[in-house]
Amino acid sequence: MDIEILNGVSVQQYLWLTVILFSIGVLGVLSRKNAIIIFMSVELMLNSVNLLLVVFSKMHADTLGQVFVFFSMSVAAAEVAVGLAILVMMYRNTKSINIDILSKIKE
Amino acid sequence: MELSELIFYILAFIGIVAALVTVTANNPIYSILGLIVCFFTISAHFVLMNAQFLAMVNIIVYAGAIIVLFLFVVMMMNLNDLPRSNTHIIWKISGAIGAGALMLLLVASLKVSGNLVQSPTKGDIGLIHSLGHALMNEFLVPFIMTSILLNSAMIGAVLLSKREKQLQK
Repeated sequence: MDIEILNGVSVQQYLWLTVILFSIGVLGVLSRKNAIIIFMSVELMLNSVNLLLVVFSKMHADTLGQVFVFFSMSVAAAEVAVGLAILVMMYRNTKSINIDILSKIKE
Repeated sequence: MELSELIFYILAFIGIVAALVTVTANNPIYSILGLIVCFFTISAHFVLMNAQFLAMVNIIVYAGAIIVLFLFVVMMMNLNDLPRSNTHIIWKISGAIGAGALMLLLVASLKVSGNLVQSPTKGDIGLIHSLGHALMNEFLVPFIMTSILLNSAMIGAVLLSKREKQLQK
């Protein structure tokens, strides 16, 4: 079961690390009210998944995983640009970035 | 203990602490600084796995572009003047329970999953030479589509932030 991808470091240890990082990101999304910090937690989750993809690409000696990480990074960049623009617009309209404000958006 | 194992544990510890700082800090600036440290440790993991191209791209795109964007937005909003929204303790506890349940689920599913299959490892898959070959041959169409995606995201961001001014006039 222990497949070493580095000297002394197995895939299992990287799986643990990425699961912990992803869970911390989920914790941030669930427990914070500040929209910017929620956004940063989403970035954290994306990055931990990227790390896991690189680990598997290294394990299988295949370039495919790293190409996928490249595309996911460009999607993340586009997402951040649009998302922050939406946040700035929301701040201009409501003078707040608390996500509870968004429940009044239809009034 | 091997040297790479030691480096792995140090990087993992710094990364997890920085991620926790990101999630729990009250001041958004501290959150952003924690996120920078976390991204740099992930880039160091990439270097450790000999994925040097992705390490460079990670630093340039995440630490160079995304984090600077976050910093600009936070500093522009001047969040210290805003009334602090005190999250109720119930929300924090329920968020922690939810995240812990998800982590438990992931760990349990990893425990019962089948054995991983070892492949012969080559050292040079993460270098720019092999990645460039893959991007320009097999993945040429997605690569071009990425440029369209980035272009439309740029136009969308400009439109979103300009619309307000036109309404005010």
